[in-house]
Amino acid sequence: MMELVCPAGTPAALRAAVEAGAHAVYCGFADETNARNFPGLNFSREEMAEGVAHAHARGAKVLVAINTFPRAGAEPVWHRAIADAERAGVDAVILADVGLLAHAAEAHPGLRLHLSVQAAAANPDVINLYASAFGVRRVVLPRVLTVEEIAAINREIDVETEVFVFGGLCVMAEGRCSLSSYVTGQSPNMNGVCSPASHVAYSEEGPDLVSRLGGFTIHRTPKGAPAPYPTLCKGCFTSEDQTGHIFEDPVSLDASHLVPRLARAGVSALKIEGRQRSRAYVAQVVRAFRAAVEAEAAGKPIPESALARLTEGQAATSGAYAKTWR
Amino acid sequence: MTDAALPHVPRMLAVAMRPLPLLPLSVALGAVARRMTRSHPTMLRRLGDHGGRRFLIDPVDLPFVFLLVPSRSTVTACRRDRLPVHDARLAGPLSAFLAMLHGAEDGDALFFSRDLTIEGDTSAVLALRNAIDNAELDLSAELSAAGGRFGGLIRQALAQAERATGLALHRMDDFGEPL
Repeated sequence: MMELVCPAGTPAALRAAVEAGAHAVYCGFADETNARNFPGLNFSREEMAEGVAHAHARGAKVLVAINTFPRAGAEPVWHRAIADAERAGVDAVILADVGLLAHAAEAHPGLRLHLSVQAAAANPDVINLYASAFGVRRVVLPRVLTVEEIAAINREIDVETEVFVFGGLCVMAEGRCSLSSYVTGQSPNMNGVCSPASHVAYSEEGPDLVSRLGGFTIHRTPKGAPAPYPTLCKGCFTSEDQTGHIFEDPVSLDASHLVPRLARAGVSALKIEGRQRSRAYVAQVVRAFRAAVEAEAAGKPIPESALARLTEGQAATSGAYAKTWR
Repeated sequence: MTDAALPHVPRMLAVAMRPLPLLPLSVALGAVARRMTRSHPTMLRRLGDHGGRRFLIDPVDLPFVFLLVPSRSTVTACRRDRLPVHDARLAGPLSAFLAMLHGAEDGDALFFSRDLTIEGDTSAVLALRNAIDNAELDLSAELSAAGGRFGGLIRQALAQAERATGLALHRMDDFGEPL
């Protein structure tokens, strides 16, 4: 059966994920070392150790995302995070930075290393380099590949692959997007936040919900229409006489119907996005995908899920897995 | 979590609630808030500096709003025509707040569907949402415990109220002791 890797932004969400059937839970410390550095979110060192014990007692793994790129001169913050994760007994750390991978491989040889989606490793050559140079055991593939391209990659590598099957989508190459930086000075890559809440303002102006990021109006949602996240890539802009989503429509990924094809493509693990979401989201999505991977393993049809209400834009897409464009 | 629309407090009931004295309500809600803060100390830790913010909780189907200051464990009921100074406002039907409190609904999903609106200090709102979600609160359990020897009766009455109104009045995902 493919491994189901589920998000947890809080200890309560971790418990909800394990209870709902997660094989593994990924989470991060409450600081800039992970790409979901949001207010009120993430784990203290003590909570991480307790979370690992809770998950292990129920047969689930814990993977810790330390997947931002260290600031020059502040490397000890990231090094401490890796050491503390290992001390907490985690099953793997998810890293993106080459320097951090080299440090982990040298200073923590017993720690299993996964390559974060933030590394944007999208071809066999670079994946094999990460495997041979640092001993990376699993790669989280960027959300820009078709199922056929994933199958082709898997034929040329010896490490496991993990792919996203549900949740928010980035239109850009992960780990390379600086859109948020242009208007807020902060990015997911360096600070762990895309469109930081401190720079977001909502206001009701007549029937419209107006979203501003760093003082710029990026979305004006009419009454009754679903509201998107306040990210530039999902913004709705006017250019000359046309108004529309320049980069990407506000929709979310749902690849549940592709689970059998992803299994045949050699994928080892399926990942659910959403460490910033509540335990209610985690429980419902994990239950649906646990049923999907069990059905796939038993050769049965994938059960229909009703997850659209949870998604940004209240609509789902197969993303690049079934790419019809170049 | 279901695809069904969130229940709203019937308009007639909301009108009937208008003359209610707000001071006793504020005192009672403050007592519940203090009890929850004591029994869930991680809430304030998770809120950090945002704990001192003034959150205006606006159940749009009630005739009054609530000013929450987590660090002081105070909840003050206020008339709509005399809104207090606040740092952030969260507006939605009462059922949305109760469902989020009890792990039955996802805050982002309620925002996407426009059932929940936020204004003001977005960071503080996110911190509050995450702190409450992690606390795994249970209003029925708290009120029953506060009711002493009447706890059983209170729990039964709340269960009946939950069935009659569709409001989430107890924790929906209880699977044991918190971490």
